[in-house]
Amino acid sequence: MARTVTTQRKTLNTALAWAVGLLIFFPILWTILTSFKTEAQAIASPPIFLNFDWTLENYAIVQERSDYMRFLWNSVIIAGGSTVLGVIVAIPAAWAMAFVPSKRTKDILLWMLSTKMLPAVGVLYPIYLLFIQLGLLDSRGGLVVVLMLINLPIIVWMLYTYFREIPGEILEAARMDGATLKEEILYILTPMAIPGIASTVLLNFILAWNEAFWTLNLTAVDAAPLTAFIASYSSPEGLFFAKLSAASTMAIAPILILGWFSQKQLVRGLTFGAVK
Amino acid sequence: MGRIQLKSVTKSFGDVEVIPPLDLTIEDGEFTVFVGPSGCGKSTLLRLIAGLEDMTSGSIDIDGADATDVPPAKRGLAMVFQSYALYPHMTVRKNIAFPLRMAKQDQAEIDKRVEGAASVLNLTDYLDRRPGQLSGGQRQRVAIGRAIVREPAAFLFDEPLSNLDAALRVGMRLEISELHERLATTMIYVTHDQVEAMTMADKIVVLQAGVIEQVGSPLELYRTPRNLFVAGFIGSPKMNFIEGPEAEKLGAQTIGIRPEHIAVSESEGDWSGVVSVSEHLGSDTFFHVHETGLAETITVRADGEVSFRHGDRIYLTPRSDVIHRFDAKGLRFE
Repeated sequence: MARTVTTQRKTLNTALAWAVGLLIFFPILWTILTSFKTEAQAIASPPIFLNFDWTLENYAIVQERSDYMRFLWNSVIIAGGSTVLGVIVAIPAAWAMAFVPSKRTKDILLWMLSTKMLPAVGVLYPIYLLFIQLGLLDSRGGLVVVLMLINLPIIVWMLYTYFREIPGEILEAARMDGATLKEEILYILTPMAIPGIASTVLLNFILAWNEAFWTLNLTAVDAAPLTAFIASYSSPEGLFFAKLSAASTMAIAPILILGWFSQKQLVRGLTFGAVK
Repeated sequence: MGRIQLKSVTKSFGDVEVIPPLDLTIEDGEFTVFVGPSGCGKSTLLRLIAGLEDMTSGSIDIDGADATDVPPAKRGLAMVFQSYALYPHMTVRKNIAFPLRMAKQDQAEIDKRVEGAASVLNLTDYLDRRPGQLSGGQRQRVAIGRAIVREPAAFLFDEPLSNLDAALRVGMRLEISELHERLATTMIYVTHDQVEAMTMADKIVVLQAGVIEQVGSPLELYRTPRNLFVAGFIGSPKMNFIEGPEAEKLGAQTIGIRPEHIAVSESEGDWSGVVSVSEHLGSDTFFHVHETGLAETITVRADGEVSFRHGDRIYLTPRSDVIHRFDAKGLRFE
């Protein structure tokens, strides 16, 4: 009897998980489907699910109208650059917090995280003015720095959590073996934390890739990444749903593929500490 | 060369003073063991010498030079940790080579020294494995290998054998002793196991609550313990302590007699009691005797052939020349 109940419950849980998964995935699926419709079918009511005339026309037009590769390249540079820079800054910070904590370490960590609770628009003015003053508007370098700063609390937190799992004695052994602080971090801590660093890098790359507020507000043409590429196809009248969907699909495809191939690291990164 | 001198060293964690002012000299080439119950500050003392912990006050000289503010990497000491602390992402070869790499030795010299250490420690066949693929004993050897390649001024061992099973522990104990004979380098060894201390040490430092209770050779501590704590800590089974009239007869507050210094008989003796438990080790037999009127239990170590059972009444006679007398403060006097 007990076994039947468990099996039933398992089936129910699986069904529920699939239902939730589909619900979350549906907007993406709908976007992808719409990108293959004509503009008329895209706004048809009632909506057409699958039996429409599949067309690649939207992709062709989008490709013709805008230089996808340039946006893609900007996205790669901005997301990649801010992540790499963030990790370089965060590793020593997380080292200090994990291995030589002070009374205030916990407070500093929380305070850092609290900056994430601030609505971004609240600091738009000062940052925008700074960007004008420094001549950073519409530059990839400026965005790399801003996105790095925005994601830094998360990077430090994640690395801190991973580093705490590494026994301090191993670092002490390195010190006894004559390693300087730099060598200790470079040869011992970083290689040991590679899985953690990988999932941190991945998650932050995705966050930076999808970041739209700052990228839309601080770029125009030269540094515009894929978020700006999508935005350029949105219009208040909603007349170009199919083309907008095609642009969106093209913008999310690279990160979707990256995410698919690195599921394991991502899940590990997101659930780290919850299960051992 | 590795003469280490601690001068009025103290250590506090916040308001808690774990090591009150302490002076100690460890001579070059000496095998010194810090022993004491857990929490007595012996590991802290070792970490102060290593430089992994900052002293609150005092100074440390290594080879006559003040090393108080020298970082651990520059003290020229090697340490073997309780958890081995091997680098899990490196092969055995790279683990052992690491200190040499940090010292910027050239590759040919590194290879030569790693091979040398590996052959001494029977690790040649395992050089390309990772620590995770080794047994506890092998890991400990790698940790020792990593320590010996750099030819340090002194070796520091922090309870290195406590993670090993009993049989391996005895084997590694011998290996470390042999290593000391061969290298003749100063070694400081921390343990809570008085058997390890007795068997390996040239000099034992008995610690309690951060205070040195006594410093001496194993036999000095065994024969002339300075106080009740050392008397009870050194020797196995533990020394019997007797208070009351029997002690007063000898003009002492407490008298102590080791289990091996009491003769047993089934018919006659100075004291008598009833056997509660007898432990047969083959070579020896330990009797735990109750109802003696002297102390709750008197432990006796007898020959392996002697056999009494639970409930048997036996007679005990202490060897009068090896009875230790302690005064009211717990200090031993002649």
